[in-house]
Amino acid sequence: MHRLKLLLAGTVAAMALSSATAHAERGTDGDLKILFWQAVSTMNPFLSGGTKEVFASSMVIEPLARTDENGKLVAYLATEIPTLENGGLAKDLLSLTWKLKPDVKWSDGSPFTAEDVIFTWKYCTAPDGGCAQKAQYEGVKDVEAIDPHTVKVTFTEPKPYPYSAFVGSQSPIIQAKQFADCVGAKAPGCTAANFGPIGTGAFVVADFKPNDVITFKANPNYRDPAKPAFASVTLKGGGDAASAARAVLETGEYDYAWNTMVEPEVLQTMLAAGKGRLESAFGTNVERINLNWTNPDPALGDKRSTTEAGPHPALKDPAVRRALSLAIDRDIIVEAGYGAAGKATCNIVPAPEAVASTKNDSWCLKQDLEAANKLLDDAGWVKGSDGIRAKEGVKLNFLYSTSTNSVRQATQELVKSMWAEIGVGAELRNASASVFFGGDPASPDTFQKFYADVEMYTNNFDGTDPEKYLAEWLCNQMPGPSNGWQGQNIPRYCNPEYDKMVGVLSKTADPEKRAELAKQLNDMLTEEGAHIPLVHRGDLSAFAVSLEGVRMNSWDSQLWNVADWYRKK
Amino acid sequence: MFTFTLRRLFFAIPTLLVISFVIFALLDLAPNDPTGDLPLTIPPEVREQIRASLGLDQPFFFRYLAWLRQFFINEPLNIIESLTGWQFGDGERMRVLSWATRSPVVDLIVQRLPQTLWVVGLAYLFGILIAIPIGVISAYKQYSIFDQIGTFISMVGYSVPTFFTGVLLVVIFSSHLQWFPSVYDTNLRVTDFSSFIAQVKQMVLPVAVLSLYNASQIARFVRASMLDNLHQDYVRTARAKGVKEKAVLLVHVLRNSLIPVVTVIALGVPTIFSGAIITEQIFRVNGLGQLLITAVQGADIPLVQTLTFIFAVLIVLFNLIADVLYGILDPRIRYD
Repeated sequence: MHRLKLLLAGTVAAMALSSATAHAERGTDGDLKILFWQAVSTMNPFLSGGTKEVFASSMVIEPLARTDENGKLVAYLATEIPTLENGGLAKDLLSLTWKLKPDVKWSDGSPFTAEDVIFTWKYCTAPDGGCAQKAQYEGVKDVEAIDPHTVKVTFTEPKPYPYSAFVGSQSPIIQAKQFADCVGAKAPGCTAANFGPIGTGAFVVADFKPNDVITFKANPNYRDPAKPAFASVTLKGGGDAASAARAVLETGEYDYAWNTMVEPEVLQTMLAAGKGRLESAFGTNVERINLNWTNPDPALGDKRSTTEAGPHPALKDPAVRRALSLAIDRDIIVEAGYGAAGKATCNIVPAPEAVASTKNDSWCLKQDLEAANKLLDDAGWVKGSDGIRAKEGVKLNFLYSTSTNSVRQATQELVKSMWAEIGVGAELRNASASVFFGGDPASPDTFQKFYADVEMYTNNFDGTDPEKYLAEWLCNQMPGPSNGWQGQNIPRYCNPEYDKMVGVLSKTADPEKRAELAKQLNDMLTEEGAHIPLVHRGDLSAFAVSLEGVRMNSWDSQLWNVADWYRKK
Repeated sequence: MFTFTLRRLFFAIPTLLVISFVIFALLDLAPNDPTGDLPLTIPPEVREQIRASLGLDQPFFFRYLAWLRQFFINEPLNIIESLTGWQFGDGERMRVLSWATRSPVVDLIVQRLPQTLWVVGLAYLFGILIAIPIGVISAYKQYSIFDQIGTFISMVGYSVPTFFTGVLLVVIFSSHLQWFPSVYDTNLRVTDFSSFIAQVKQMVLPVAVLSLYNASQIARFVRASMLDNLHQDYVRTARAKGVKEKAVLLVHVLRNSLIPVVTVIALGVPTIFSGAIITEQIFRVNGLGQLLITAVQGADIPLVQTLTFIFAVLIVLFNLIADVLYGILDPRIRYD
C-alpha cells in the first residue's frame, strides 16, 4: 500500500514538472492504445447512456463546459461559465446565457454555431427517440439563439443549479447537419452517424467496429493547432478487468486500461513489473447497505416491501439500525476489496469537499462492537441458544442481497462475520447485475423490489450538485406497485422533516447555504439509518509509465483531457 | 439419397420455426433488461422511454412476428439487393437491429465471421490433423509408452477447461517470455511479410488452446474406433493373405475406423461458427462467441435471438450432412 502511495505521489510530482515544459506539435507521438474491458457499442451517447459509450465519445464530441478533476467547471466550447456575477445566469434564475467560442470548427471544416446547440436539445428531447440523457434537459423550457454565437437556455422554474444541459460528457453537442434526418424514431437507423459522429474534439472516428475496436485520428480542424500530441488512438474492447490491467501493467501492450477494479493484491503483483502505474480519482460513488424500512415478509404476498406491509419488525428499531452500522469495520472492507480505490465513509454525499459532511465520522467510521452490543442489550434484544438475538419472537436474522460481483460477495462475507459478533445473523444472496439493476417489474430480484431485509450496491450522482440525488429519499419516491416499482427511495425512508428541507434546498441559490443544507440532509439519512454507507469508491485506471498529461477525473469522462496527453520522450 | 435429402430439408422447416419460437419465448421470459447495465443516475422514466423506443412496449406475439418478417423477408431481400444491385420497393425496410449498437445484426455477424473462422476454424483443422495420427498410433501400439502418454495428454486436454489453459499460456508466453501478444488485433491487415508474421504470432496462443482441446476430443474417438476394427475378422484375413502391415493399418483399418469419426467431425462444425466463447474472451479475438456473450450480458435480445437461430440452422444442416456422408462412406447404409 505504501509503495503504491509513493508511486502515485511520484507520478504526480513528475506530472507537475513535465507540464511546465513546452509541448510538441500535433500528431508527433504516434498511436495511443486504450483498453476498455467492456467494449464500446456505439459512439452516440444519447442512444446508449452506458459509461463506456459516454467516455469513448468524449474524445470526439464535446459539451459547452466540463468539470475538471477538482470538481470545478471549465469552459470548453463556451468562452466562460455563465454565473450570477457575470450576468450569464439571470437574477430570477430562469435563464442561462452561454457565449460560444467564435472560431471553433467541426472536424469536417464547417463552423460550430448556436444552431448546433439548439439542435442537440431538440434531438435529445424528441418524442420516441428514447434519448438516454433526457434527464440532463429536465426543466429546460426553450433553447434559442440570440446571435450565431450566443445561446439562451430558459427554464420552466427557477434553477438554482443550472449547469446540467450542455455540461459534462453526458451532454455533448452534436452537429445539426449530420443528424438532421435522425430525430425521434429515426435515430437508431442512422448507423453511419451514430458510429462516426462529426465532432469538435481532439480526435475523429476513422473506423468503428461495434463491440470490438475503434480507430481515431487526430482532428485536423482541432482549435489548438499544437494538439493532440497523438496522431491516432486505438480503443480496443472486450475481456475482463484483470487481463486489461495485465495488458498495461505487466505486458505493456497498452497505454491505458479503464476501470481496473481488481483485488488489490492482484494489482500489487502486476505493478511489480514496473511497466505502468495506477491512478484513482474519487467522485460521488458510495457503496452502501440499504436497510428495508418496510416488511419484506414473503407471507404478505404482493404487499411485501411496500408501506402497506407496515414497518419492518426488526429494522423499525433505531437501536438495531445503528448497531448494524457500528458493528462494521469499514477499513477491513476497503483493504480487502478496494485498495487505493476506496475510502471508508459514513456519508451518502461524500464529495465534492464543500458538501461532504464530517459530523458522523466520530461514531460511525470506527468499528465499536462494545457499543453495538450494549445498544442491542439495552433495547431488549436477547441472544438465544443459536447466538442470534431476538425480541418478542422477532429474530435479528436478515436476508442480505446484492449483485453478483466477486468484491461484493467478499464484502457480504465480511459483514456477515462482523454482524455475527453482535448476535445478528445474515443469509447471503446475489443476483446477476443485469437482473438486479434491470428494473423488470415482473422479476422479484430487482433492487427496486427489495424483497430482502438489507441490500448492497453503489449509486452516485452526476456532476457536483447533490440536489436531485437527495430528492430521491422523499416520501413520494418509494417504489411500489402503483408506480411500477420505479421510485428511487429504495430504503422506503420517510420523514416529513426531510421532505421539507429538500424543498428549501430546491429554492436556495447561494452555494454556501446549499452546501450547508446538503450536509444536513446527508447527516439525517446516516443518523436515522436509512442506509449504512460503507465505502467511498474511486475510479481506478492503469496507465503506462510513458504516458503523461493524464488528469484522472471522476466528475467527467476519464478521457476528458485526452487532447493534452503525450508520450514521455 | 436425393429424395431422402429433399425430404429431410422439407422437414427442417417446421423444426426451425418451432426452434425460433422457443428461443424467442425463452429470451422473453428471462429476467433481463436492456437498460440494466446503464448507470443508476439515469432516472426510471427515461429508462421506460428507452424500452419503448426499442419496441419492448409491444405485445409478445407482435414482436415475434416482426422478428420473423425482418429475418426471413427483409434480410434476405437486403442481401439480394447488395449482391445484385436490384431494388425491391423503395429499399426502406426494417432490418433486425441490435439494441446495444442500434445497427443491423447481420452486419455485425458479417464483421465477426472472419476472425472466428480463422481462429476457431484453424484450431479445429489442426485438432483433426494432430488427433488422427495420435489416435492411430495409440490404438496400434495399445498400452505402449506412446499410448499411455497420448491417452494421458488427451485426458488432460479434454478435462482442463480453456479458461485455465488460456490464462496459463498468457501468463507464460505474454507476461513472462513476451513472445506473443495477449490481445488479438482485429484491425491487422496482412499486406506484407511482417504483418503476416504479426498475424501468425497473435493467432498462436488462441489456436494452441483450442487445438489442444479439439485434438484431445477427436483423438479419443479415433483410438476407440481403431481398436474396434483392429480385432475384426477382416483384419486377420488381410494379414493371412500376406498384405503388408502398413496397408492393413492405413488402408483396411483406418478407412473403416474413420466412418464414425467423420460423423463426429461433421457434427462439430457448427461449434466453429458459434465460436469459442471463453477463449475468444480471454484473447479478445472478438469473434461470434464474444458477440454472443456480450449480447447475452447486455440483454441485446434481437442479437441473441438471431445468432442462436443461425446456430440452430447450422446444427440442423450439419446433422443432415453427417447422415448423407455416412451413406456415402459406408456402402452398407442406404436410406432409400
